[in-house]
Amino acid sequence: MSKEWPLWEVFIRSKTGLDHKHVGSLHAADAQMAIENARDVYTRRMEGVSIWVVESRYIHASNPDDAEALYDPANDKAYRHPTFYNLPDELKYM
Amino acid sequence: MKQHLLNYVLQLADNALILGHRISEWCGHGPVLEQDIAITNAALDHIGQARNFYQYAAAIYNELPDAERQQSFAAPVFSGKKNITEDDLAYLRDAWDFKNVLLVEQQNTDWAFTVARSFFYDTFAVAQYGQLQSSKDETLAAIAQKALKEASYHRKWSSEWVIRLGDGTEESKTKMQYALDNLWPYTAELFMPAPADEVMQAEGIGVDLTAIRNEWQTYITAVVEEATLRMPESAWAQQGGKTGTHSEHLGYILADLQFMQRAYPGMEW
Repeated sequence: MSKEWPLWEVFIRSKTGLDHKHVGSLHAADAQMAIENARDVYTRRMEGVSIWVVESRYIHASNPDDAEALYDPANDKAYRHPTFYNLPDELKYM
Repeated sequence: MKQHLLNYVLQLADNALILGHRISEWCGHGPVLEQDIAITNAALDHIGQARNFYQYAAAIYNELPDAERQQSFAAPVFSGKKNITEDDLAYLRDAWDFKNVLLVEQQNTDWAFTVARSFFYDTFAVAQYGQLQSSKDETLAAIAQKALKEASYHRKWSSEWVIRLGDGTEESKTKMQYALDNLWPYTAELFMPAPADEVMQAEGIGVDLTAIRNEWQTYITAVVEEATLRMPESAWAQQGGKTGTHSEHLGYILADLQFMQRAYPGMEW
Protein backbone atom coordinates (compact mmCIF):
# COMPACT_ATOMS: atom_id res chain seq x y z
CA MET A 1 0.00 0.00 0.00
CA SER A 2 1.29 3.42 -0.91
CA LYS A 3 1.96 5.75 1.98
CA GLU A 4 0.48 8.76 0.19
CA TRP A 5 -3.27 9.24 0.29
CA PRO A 6 -4.82 9.23 -3.19
CA LEU A 7 -5.39 12.47 -5.04
CA TRP A 8 -8.92 13.86 -5.52
CA GLU A 9 -10.23 16.53 -7.86
CA VAL A 10 -12.61 19.01 -6.28
CA PHE A 11 -15.61 20.66 -7.94
CA ILE A 12 -17.57 23.43 -6.22
CA ARG A 13 -20.90 24.98 -7.12
CA SER A 14 -21.07 28.58 -6.01
CA LYS A 15 -24.21 30.27 -4.70
CA THR A 16 -24.91 31.96 -8.00
CA GLY A 17 -23.52 29.27 -10.26
CA LEU A 18 -25.51 26.56 -11.96
CA ASP A 19 -22.69 24.14 -12.53
CA HIS A 20 -19.89 22.66 -10.46
CA LYS A 21 -16.54 24.12 -11.44
CA HIS A 22 -13.17 22.50 -10.99
CA VAL A 23 -11.30 24.36 -8.24
CA GLY A 24 -8.27 22.19 -7.55
CA SER A 25 -7.16 18.96 -5.98
CA LEU A 26 -6.23 17.54 -2.59
CA HIS A 27 -5.18 14.34 -0.84
CA ALA A 28 -7.59 12.27 1.25
CA ALA A 29 -7.94 8.68 2.42
CA ASP A 30 -11.47 8.26 1.09
CA ALA A 31 -14.41 10.15 -0.42
CA GLN A 32 -15.83 11.31 2.88
CA MET A 33 -12.51 12.74 4.00
CA ALA A 34 -12.07 14.31 0.57
CA ILE A 35 -15.36 16.20 0.95
CA GLU A 36 -14.45 17.35 4.44
CA ASN A 37 -10.99 18.41 3.34
CA ALA A 38 -12.53 20.24 0.40
CA ARG A 39 -14.83 22.08 2.78
CA ASP A 40 -11.84 23.24 4.80
CA VAL A 41 -9.48 23.97 1.92
CA TYR A 42 -11.79 25.39 -0.74
CA THR A 43 -14.91 26.85 0.92
CA ARG A 44 -13.41 28.94 3.73
CA ARG A 45 -14.48 32.18 2.09
CA MET A 46 -18.06 31.19 1.37
CA GLU A 47 -17.24 30.03 -2.14
CA GLY A 48 -19.75 27.25 -2.39
CA VAL A 49 -23.01 25.54 -1.60
CA SER A 50 -22.20 22.10 -3.02
CA ILE A 51 -19.07 19.97 -3.31
CA TRP A 52 -18.23 17.13 -5.67
CA VAL A 53 -15.06 15.08 -5.39
CA VAL A 54 -13.77 12.44 -7.75
CA GLU A 55 -10.61 10.45 -7.42
CA SER A 56 -8.13 11.81 -9.94
CA ARG A 57 -7.29 8.39 -11.35
CA TYR A 58 -10.85 8.09 -12.67
CA ILE A 59 -10.49 11.12 -14.87
CA HIS A 60 -9.51 10.31 -18.44
CA ALA A 61 -8.05 13.14 -20.45
CA SER A 62 -7.58 13.76 -24.14
CA ASN A 63 -4.05 13.70 -25.43
CA PRO A 64 -2.61 17.18 -26.09
CA ASP A 65 -0.72 15.72 -29.07
CA ASP A 66 -4.04 15.03 -30.74
CA ALA A 67 -5.13 18.67 -30.49
CA GLU A 68 -4.81 19.40 -34.21
CA ALA A 69 -6.85 16.41 -35.28
CA LEU A 70 -9.46 16.92 -32.60
CA TYR A 71 -10.12 20.64 -32.70
CA ASP A 72 -8.74 22.31 -35.82
CA PRO A 73 -11.31 20.84 -38.23
CA ALA A 74 -14.01 22.91 -36.49
CA ASN A 75 -12.24 26.16 -37.40
CA ASP A 76 -13.86 26.83 -40.75
CA LYS A 77 -17.38 25.53 -40.08
CA ALA A 78 -19.25 28.65 -39.12
CA TYR A 79 -22.56 27.03 -40.06
CA ARG A 80 -22.33 24.96 -36.86
CA HIS A 81 -22.79 28.05 -34.72
CA PRO A 82 -26.35 29.06 -33.91
CA THR A 83 -25.61 32.65 -34.89
CA PHE A 84 -28.41 32.80 -37.45
CA TYR A 85 -31.22 32.62 -34.91
CA ASN A 86 -32.87 35.44 -32.96
CA LEU A 87 -33.20 34.39 -29.32
CA PRO A 88 -36.37 35.41 -27.45
CA ASP A 89 -35.66 37.72 -24.47
CA GLU A 90 -37.12 35.26 -21.96
CA LEU A 91 -34.43 32.73 -22.77
CA LYS A 92 -31.62 32.93 -20.27
CA TYR A 93 -28.35 31.06 -19.75
CA MET A 94 -27.61 30.56 -23.45
CA MET B 1 -25.99 37.47 40.66
CA LYS B 2 -24.02 39.62 38.17
CA GLN B 3 -20.84 38.19 39.65
CA HIS B 4 -22.05 34.67 38.91
CA LEU B 5 -23.04 35.67 35.40
CA LEU B 6 -19.55 37.09 34.87
CA ASN B 7 -17.97 33.86 36.08
CA TYR B 8 -20.31 31.79 33.96
CA VAL B 9 -19.49 33.74 30.80
CA LEU B 10 -15.79 33.51 31.59
CA GLN B 11 -16.03 29.74 31.89
CA LEU B 12 -17.50 29.62 28.39
CA ALA B 13 -14.92 32.07 27.07
CA ASP B 14 -11.88 30.45 28.69
CA ASN B 15 -12.77 26.96 27.46
CA ALA B 16 -13.00 28.30 23.91
CA LEU B 17 -9.83 30.38 24.09
CA ILE B 18 -7.59 27.75 25.67
CA LEU B 19 -8.71 24.93 23.38
CA GLY B 20 -8.44 27.26 20.40
CA HIS B 21 -4.92 28.20 21.41
CA ARG B 22 -3.95 24.58 22.01
CA ILE B 23 -5.06 23.36 18.62
CA SER B 24 -3.62 26.43 16.91
CA GLU B 25 -0.24 25.01 17.94
CA TRP B 26 -0.74 22.58 15.04
CA CYS B 27 -0.68 25.42 12.53
CA GLY B 28 2.17 24.64 10.14
CA HIS B 29 2.76 21.26 11.80
CA GLY B 30 -0.32 19.28 10.72
CA PRO B 31 0.25 15.72 9.49
CA VAL B 32 -0.95 16.66 6.00
CA LEU B 33 -1.65 20.03 4.42
CA GLU B 34 -5.42 19.49 4.29
CA GLN B 35 -5.66 18.65 8.00
CA ASP B 36 -3.34 21.51 8.88
CA ILE B 37 -5.89 23.85 7.30
CA ALA B 38 -8.84 22.00 8.86
CA ILE B 39 -7.52 22.20 12.41
CA THR B 40 -6.42 25.81 12.01
CA ASN B 41 -9.93 26.69 10.81
CA ALA B 42 -11.31 25.07 13.94
CA ALA B 43 -8.83 26.96 16.13
CA LEU B 44 -10.06 30.22 14.65
CA ASP B 45 -13.67 29.19 15.24
CA HIS B 46 -12.92 28.62 18.93
CA ILE B 47 -11.09 31.91 19.28
CA GLY B 48 -13.96 33.69 17.53
CA GLN B 49 -16.38 32.20 20.05
CA ALA B 50 -14.06 33.25 22.87
CA ARG B 51 -14.08 36.84 21.59
CA ASN B 52 -17.87 36.99 21.63
CA PHE B 53 -17.96 35.76 25.21
CA TYR B 54 -15.12 38.04 26.36
CA GLN B 55 -16.81 41.08 24.88
CA TYR B 56 -19.92 40.24 26.84
CA ALA B 57 -17.91 39.49 30.02
CA ALA B 58 -16.14 42.84 29.75
CA ALA B 59 -19.49 44.63 29.41
CA ILE B 60 -20.79 42.84 32.53
CA TYR B 61 -17.66 43.70 34.51
CA ASN B 62 -17.76 47.34 33.44
CA GLU B 63 -21.24 47.70 34.92
CA LEU B 64 -20.33 46.26 38.32
CA PRO B 65 -20.09 48.65 41.27
CA ASP B 66 -16.53 49.17 42.55
CA ALA B 67 -16.96 47.03 45.66
CA GLU B 68 -18.06 44.05 43.58
CA ARG B 69 -15.36 44.58 41.01
CA GLN B 70 -12.74 44.00 43.66
CA GLN B 71 -14.13 40.55 44.30
CA SER B 72 -14.26 39.53 40.67
CA PHE B 73 -10.69 38.37 40.31
CA ALA B 74 -8.07 36.89 42.64
CA ALA B 75 -5.38 39.26 41.38
CA PRO B 76 -6.13 43.00 41.19
CA VAL B 77 -5.01 43.27 37.57
CA PHE B 78 -7.78 45.65 36.58
CA SER B 79 -7.74 47.99 39.56
CA GLY B 80 -7.56 51.58 38.40
CA LYS B 81 -9.06 50.72 35.00
CA LYS B 82 -12.39 52.37 34.39
CA ASN B 83 -13.37 50.02 31.62
CA ILE B 84 -11.86 46.76 30.48
CA THR B 85 -12.02 45.11 27.06
CA GLU B 86 -12.00 41.57 25.67
CA ASP B 87 -8.23 41.87 25.26
CA ASP B 88 -7.68 42.69 28.93
CA LEU B 89 -9.53 39.53 29.90
CA ALA B 90 -7.51 37.35 27.54
CA TYR B 91 -4.09 38.93 27.98
CA LEU B 92 -3.87 40.19 31.54
CA ARG B 93 -5.41 37.60 33.85
CA ASP B 94 -3.12 35.04 35.43
CA ALA B 95 -3.81 31.31 35.67
CA TRP B 96 -5.82 31.36 38.90
CA ASP B 97 -8.36 33.68 37.30
CA PHE B 98 -8.89 31.40 34.30
CA LYS B 99 -11.98 29.20 34.62
CA ASN B 100 -11.53 26.70 31.80
CA VAL B 101 -11.81 22.98 32.50
CA LEU B 102 -8.55 21.04 32.81
CA LEU B 103 -9.36 19.00 29.71
CA VAL B 104 -8.78 21.84 27.24
CA GLU B 105 -5.35 22.80 28.58
CA GLN B 106 -3.93 19.29 28.22
CA GLN B 107 -1.03 18.97 25.78
CA ASN B 108 -1.43 18.01 22.14
CA THR B 109 0.97 15.04 22.62
CA ASP B 110 0.11 13.45 19.26
CA TRP B 111 -2.72 13.42 16.71
CA ALA B 112 -4.71 10.83 18.69
CA PHE B 113 -4.60 12.93 21.89
CA THR B 114 -5.52 16.04 19.93
CA VAL B 115 -8.47 14.24 18.36
CA ALA B 116 -9.60 12.68 21.66
CA ARG B 117 -9.50 16.01 23.51
CA SER B 118 -11.54 17.71 20.78
CA PHE B 119 -13.93 14.75 20.58
CA PHE B 120 -14.73 15.00 24.31
CA TYR B 121 -14.99 18.78 24.24
CA ASP B 122 -16.84 19.18 20.92
CA THR B 123 -19.48 16.68 22.02
CA PHE B 124 -19.93 18.68 25.20
CA ALA B 125 -20.02 21.96 23.27
CA VAL B 126 -22.76 20.80 20.90
CA ALA B 127 -24.99 19.79 23.82
CA GLN B 128 -24.11 22.94 25.75
CA TYR B 129 -24.73 25.42 22.93
CA GLY B 130 -27.86 23.52 21.95
CA GLN B 131 -29.34 24.20 25.38
CA LEU B 132 -27.90 27.67 25.69
CA GLN B 133 -29.84 28.77 22.59
CA SER B 134 -32.92 28.97 24.77
CA SER B 135 -31.20 30.82 27.61
CA LYS B 136 -33.12 33.68 29.22
CA ASP B 137 -30.03 35.78 28.58
CA GLU B 138 -30.47 37.02 25.01
CA THR B 139 -26.80 37.71 24.39
CA LEU B 140 -25.79 34.20 25.42
CA ALA B 141 -28.62 32.71 23.37
CA ALA B 142 -27.47 34.62 20.28
CA ILE B 143 -23.80 33.64 20.67
CA ALA B 144 -24.82 30.01 21.25
CA GLN B 145 -26.89 29.93 18.10
CA LYS B 146 -23.91 30.97 16.01
CA ALA B 147 -21.44 28.77 17.89
CA LEU B 148 -23.60 25.66 17.61
CA LYS B 149 -23.09 25.44 13.85
CA GLU B 150 -19.34 25.57 14.27
CA ALA B 151 -19.37 23.11 17.16
CA SER B 152 -21.42 20.66 15.10
CA TYR B 153 -18.81 20.69 12.38
CA HIS B 154 -15.99 20.30 14.95
CA ARG B 155 -17.75 17.30 16.45
CA LYS B 156 -18.18 15.76 13.02
CA TRP B 157 -14.48 16.25 12.34
CA SER B 158 -13.25 14.82 15.64
CA SER B 159 -15.72 11.89 15.59
CA GLU B 160 -14.59 10.98 12.08
CA TRP B 161 -11.01 10.83 13.26
CA VAL B 162 -11.83 8.70 16.32
CA ILE B 163 -13.54 6.21 13.99
CA ARG B 164 -10.82 6.38 11.36
CA LEU B 165 -8.00 5.76 13.82
CA GLY B 166 -9.93 3.31 16.00
CA ASP B 167 -11.05 1.24 13.05
CA GLY B 168 -7.74 1.68 11.22
CA THR B 169 -4.48 -0.17 11.68
CA GLU B 170 -3.33 -2.02 14.78
CA GLU B 171 -1.05 0.89 15.64
CA SER B 172 -3.62 3.64 15.11
CA LYS B 173 -6.14 1.70 17.19
CA THR B 174 -3.68 1.32 20.08
CA LYS B 175 -2.82 5.02 19.99
CA MET B 176 -6.46 6.13 19.82
CA GLN B 177 -7.45 3.90 22.74
CA TYR B 178 -4.45 5.13 24.75
CA ALA B 179 -5.46 8.76 24.16
CA LEU B 180 -9.11 8.14 25.14
CA ASP B 181 -8.03 6.30 28.31
CA ASN B 182 -5.58 8.98 29.33
CA LEU B 183 -7.88 11.96 28.79
CA TRP B 184 -10.90 10.26 30.31
CA PRO B 185 -10.17 11.40 33.91
CA TYR B 186 -10.56 15.01 32.68
CA THR B 187 -14.04 14.54 31.25
CA ALA B 188 -16.08 14.38 34.47
CA GLU B 189 -15.19 17.97 35.32
CA LEU B 190 -17.22 19.16 32.34
CA PHE B 191 -20.36 18.16 34.22
CA MET B 192 -19.42 19.12 37.77
CA PRO B 193 -21.30 22.30 38.55
CA ALA B 194 -19.23 25.22 39.84
CA PRO B 195 -21.14 27.77 41.96
CA ALA B 196 -21.73 29.89 38.83
CA ASP B 197 -23.22 26.87 37.01
CA GLU B 198 -25.71 26.25 39.81
CA VAL B 199 -26.88 29.83 40.15
CA MET B 200 -27.15 30.36 36.40
CA GLN B 201 -29.11 27.16 35.89
CA ALA B 202 -31.54 28.19 38.63
CA GLU B 203 -31.99 31.55 36.91
CA GLY B 204 -32.81 29.90 33.57
CA ILE B 205 -29.67 31.40 32.06
CA GLY B 206 -27.26 28.51 32.29
CA VAL B 207 -27.53 24.93 31.06
CA ASP B 208 -28.56 21.75 32.85
CA LEU B 209 -25.31 19.82 33.18
CA THR B 210 -27.01 16.55 34.14
CA ALA B 211 -29.04 16.50 30.94
CA ILE B 212 -25.92 17.38 28.98
CA ARG B 213 -24.01 14.56 30.60
CA ASN B 214 -26.61 12.05 29.39
CA GLU B 215 -26.56 13.38 25.87
CA TRP B 216 -22.75 13.41 25.92
CA GLN B 217 -22.49 9.86 27.23
CA THR B 218 -24.88 8.51 24.59
CA TYR B 219 -23.07 10.15 21.71
CA ILE B 220 -19.56 9.26 22.93
CA THR B 221 -20.54 5.61 23.50
CA ALA B 222 -22.02 5.30 20.01
CA VAL B 223 -18.93 6.71 18.30
CA VAL B 224 -16.49 4.68 20.43
CA GLU B 225 -18.45 1.56 19.53
CA GLU B 226 -18.44 2.40 15.84
CA ALA B 227 -14.69 2.93 16.10
CA THR B 228 -14.38 -0.63 17.52
CA LEU B 229 -12.76 0.86 20.63
CA ARG B 230 -13.81 0.33 24.23
CA MET B 231 -15.16 2.94 26.61
CA PRO B 232 -12.55 3.97 29.18
CA GLU B 233 -13.31 2.78 32.67
CA SER B 234 -14.48 5.30 35.20
CA ALA B 235 -11.61 6.43 37.30
CA TRP B 236 -10.51 9.24 39.56
CA ALA B 237 -11.87 12.51 38.18
CA GLN B 238 -9.50 15.44 37.83
CA GLN B 239 -11.09 18.76 38.70
CA GLY B 240 -10.39 22.34 39.74
CA GLY B 241 -10.12 24.25 36.50
CA LYS B 242 -13.53 25.88 36.76
CA THR B 243 -12.54 27.53 40.02
CA GLY B 244 -8.98 28.45 39.03
CA THR B 245 -6.89 25.47 40.17
CA HIS B 246 -5.05 24.43 37.02
CA SER B 247 -2.45 21.94 35.86
CA GLU B 248 1.04 23.28 35.18
CA HIS B 249 0.24 23.38 31.45
CA LEU B 250 -1.92 26.49 31.65
CA GLY B 251 0.99 28.62 32.85
CA TYR B 252 2.98 27.73 29.74
CA ILE B 253 0.02 28.48 27.48
CA LEU B 254 -0.46 31.88 29.09
CA ALA B 255 3.26 32.64 28.86
CA ASP B 256 2.99 32.02 25.13
CA LEU B 257 -0.29 33.86 24.72
CA GLN B 258 0.36 36.85 26.95
CA PHE B 259 4.06 37.53 26.49
CA MET B 260 3.68 40.44 24.08
CA GLN B 261 1.11 42.36 26.10
CA ARG B 262 3.06 41.85 29.29
CA ALA B 263 6.42 42.81 27.78
CA TYR B 264 4.98 45.74 25.80
CA PRO B 265 1.78 46.81 27.59
CA GLY B 266 -0.83 48.33 25.30
CA MET B 267 1.08 47.42 22.15
CA GLU B 268 -1.01 47.30 18.98
CA TRP B 269 -0.27 46.07 15.48
